[in-house]
Amino acid sequence: MVETGHFALVLAFALALVQSLVPLFGARTGNERLMAVGGPVAVTGFALTALSFAALTMAYVQSDFSVANVWENSHSLKPMLFKITGTWGNHEGSMLLWVLILTFFGALVAVFGTNLPNTLRANVLAVQGWIGAAFFLFILATSNPFARLVPAPIEGRDLNPILQDIGLAIHPPLLYLGYVGFSVCFSFAVAALIEGKIDAAWARWVRPWTLAAWLFLTGGIAMGSYWAYYELGWGGFWFWDPVENASFMPWLAGTALLHSAIVMEKRSALKIWTLLLAILTFSLSLLGTFLVRSGVLTSVHAFATDPSRGVFILCILMLFIGGSLALFALRAGSLTTGGMFQPVSREGALVLNNLFLTTAAATVLIGTLYPLVIEAITGDKISVGAPFFNLTFGSLMVPLLMLVPFGPLLAWKRGDIFGAAQRLMFAFGGALLAVLVTMLAVEGETVFAALGIGLAFWLILGALTDIVLKSGFGNVSARVMLSRFVGLPRSVFGTTLAHLGVGLSVLGIVGVVSFETEKILTMRAGETVELSGHTVRFEGLHPFQGPNYTEDQGRFVLLGASGNSTGEIISAKRFYPARRMPTTEAGIKTMGFSQLYISLGDETTDGAVVVRMWWKPMVTLIWLGGLVMMIAGAISLTDRRLRVGAPARRAKPARPSPATS
Amino acid sequence: MTRKQKRLSIIAAGAGFLIAATGLTFYALGQKASYFYMPADLQTATLEPGQRIRLGGLVEKGTIIRGQGTQVSFGVTDKENSVKVTYTGILPDLFREDQGVITEGTFGADGVFVADSVLAKHDENYMPKEVADSLKAKGVWQDEQAGGGS
Repeated sequence: MVETGHFALVLAFALALVQSLVPLFGARTGNERLMAVGGPVAVTGFALTALSFAALTMAYVQSDFSVANVWENSHSLKPMLFKITGTWGNHEGSMLLWVLILTFFGALVAVFGTNLPNTLRANVLAVQGWIGAAFFLFILATSNPFARLVPAPIEGRDLNPILQDIGLAIHPPLLYLGYVGFSVCFSFAVAALIEGKIDAAWARWVRPWTLAAWLFLTGGIAMGSYWAYYELGWGGFWFWDPVENASFMPWLAGTALLHSAIVMEKRSALKIWTLLLAILTFSLSLLGTFLVRSGVLTSVHAFATDPSRGVFILCILMLFIGGSLALFALRAGSLTTGGMFQPVSREGALVLNNLFLTTAAATVLIGTLYPLVIEAITGDKISVGAPFFNLTFGSLMVPLLMLVPFGPLLAWKRGDIFGAAQRLMFAFGGALLAVLVTMLAVEGETVFAALGIGLAFWLILGALTDIVLKSGFGNVSARVMLSRFVGLPRSVFGTTLAHLGVGLSVLGIVGVVSFETEKILTMRAGETVELSGHTVRFEGLHPFQGPNYTEDQGRFVLLGASGNSTGEIISAKRFYPARRMPTTEAGIKTMGFSQLYISLGDETTDGAVVVRMWWKPMVTLIWLGGLVMMIAGAISLTDRRLRVGAPARRAKPARPSPATS
Repeated sequence: MTRKQKRLSIIAAGAGFLIAATGLTFYALGQKASYFYMPADLQTATLEPGQRIRLGGLVEKGTIIRGQGTQVSFGVTDKENSVKVTYTGILPDLFREDQGVITEGTFGADGVFVADSVLAKHDENYMPKEVADSLKAKGVWQDEQAGGGS
């Protein structure tokens, strides 16, 4: 089975080479039969990669320690879920997942792209083939997951305990669906450059693909953030760690791409800019892959590193980013440009959005790479952390978020800023009320916190204002309004929900950053502590034996007003003998949107235990906001226009579809 | 305004925005980046009072003092010099004697480094890259620290 998987991987590499060259050659020479090779090859390549991935998963399930990768990252006593997810809990396996998703997207283009112009489809598949070939070669040459061990060890070294969590089942697949999903946008962009014309089909295709990749990346980042929050025991939701930044930069660029693609689709303007953004977004995804796997930056996430891998990925990176940008520089001038528009208009607002988001992505990029550059030039070692990012990223985000509610209310071509402001009076009043209530309800220096809460309400109410007005509020009867509401295009719901989700996340972030309370103390069994109105009694440490670990469980009881127990919180220190590695299992109790978070420290010399306790108001909204954004993306993806909007085989001239409002 | 003037003014506004953002970014880099030092580097470094730095090295053997409260003190060494560090809170799971560590904080008036964060990576082979590079440069690097583990 393992050899079958290895062989399938080699075949998939060979097919990727065929896919990179034959359709491209066919498109150059106008040979229909050569062009038609791309589709079946892409689908077969996906099937072979899936077979290869299944073989590796099988080796994990059966604990086949004759495979080096399984020996290094698995253990026979590990629960089945973690045996399966352990397949991608390491460098080699996760690269295999990466190419599996890449070939999956290639196969999707082949299957759903039958109504694309033949040359465009062939070129897109060829570009997907290049990316696939490069990464297949990378896996086979430097990171083969199927390498054998002779003689086979009896027991494995176990998976890193931090990864033995349900988070590993969700976070990497979502993240890779996002990262790699942008490869389709990239391939369409490069194909357009190869052809030397921006096909109307490109404009229609880029948005759904961006949307799909974006919604997965949003989910992946949100899930990763929550995972780090509860698993590491530090109680933080975002550390501005290089690897987090690596996933955040494509998200920022992808969000910009999502918005510029709307302008391109509706108004056929910003074509060249959208094309460049599509290239940049995937380039940032590749850069993320490089940063995570090369070990050039100190990070909590980095995989086991090997210099040859870093150099190989750097070569792939330079080839694709350099090549696509060079192609862009050569061809962009000859592409037809779109129309002009007034600065105050929907297009204008979306351009402003792009300006802010790409600049924000650039500041994150500079902050992440600056230590590398400084070290190369002066030899000084510096670190750029949260204070830098909070200052630069924060000062870019605040004005952007203040402008968000205006965007959807402006008309295409020529908008009326005063009209939009008038219609946002209610949202503004609500936000002002939120500011006042916060300042009155909470004691102390709360001006900035109150303004932050106000901003969150401004976003939420502004998003709702848009959809209420589009339903015809104030002009028509309630019944007509309801039927109009139901009949609104799905993309309008998507916009509203996505902006609402941003508001929720902002509310969570402001809430937890401003109003969090924390206590570090030593406790003995029977002692109680009060934190923000919650009384907690420590019941003592109790040993517990898990399947492949032992732990000391600290039991805490939450006390009600009359001293009765209203719930238990268990926070533990675990020890995994296979890796001789301790971990902290935080105890978390969710109350409404807020959480009580308890982390255990070491025992002191006199037998007490160090306990760190946080009250985190509204913290879950941070991730719920992400979930709402994800749902918004999914709803928007079902929009009728995107499903039936694919162009006919005979390319029609680009005709902007009518605006939804 | 003509079409050309309009386009130019938009480009000018965009360029102005980018210049402002670039200025802010580099100002913030100057202000907010913290430098990394090993204990021996501190002999020659000139630190302003209250300047935040990162101090890295190995946790010196036999120096970890856990009091009765929540404060812990330990020595950070590069096998030449060592610095006393105090920290209040919960140390990372992988904090051990002779293991690499990076602490971030400021020096107090008494020459003791008061850390507000202590990093030890979640990997049993952990050696922060900065610490490993500096130890190699000083010639006190031992290979078993780098690889192997359990």
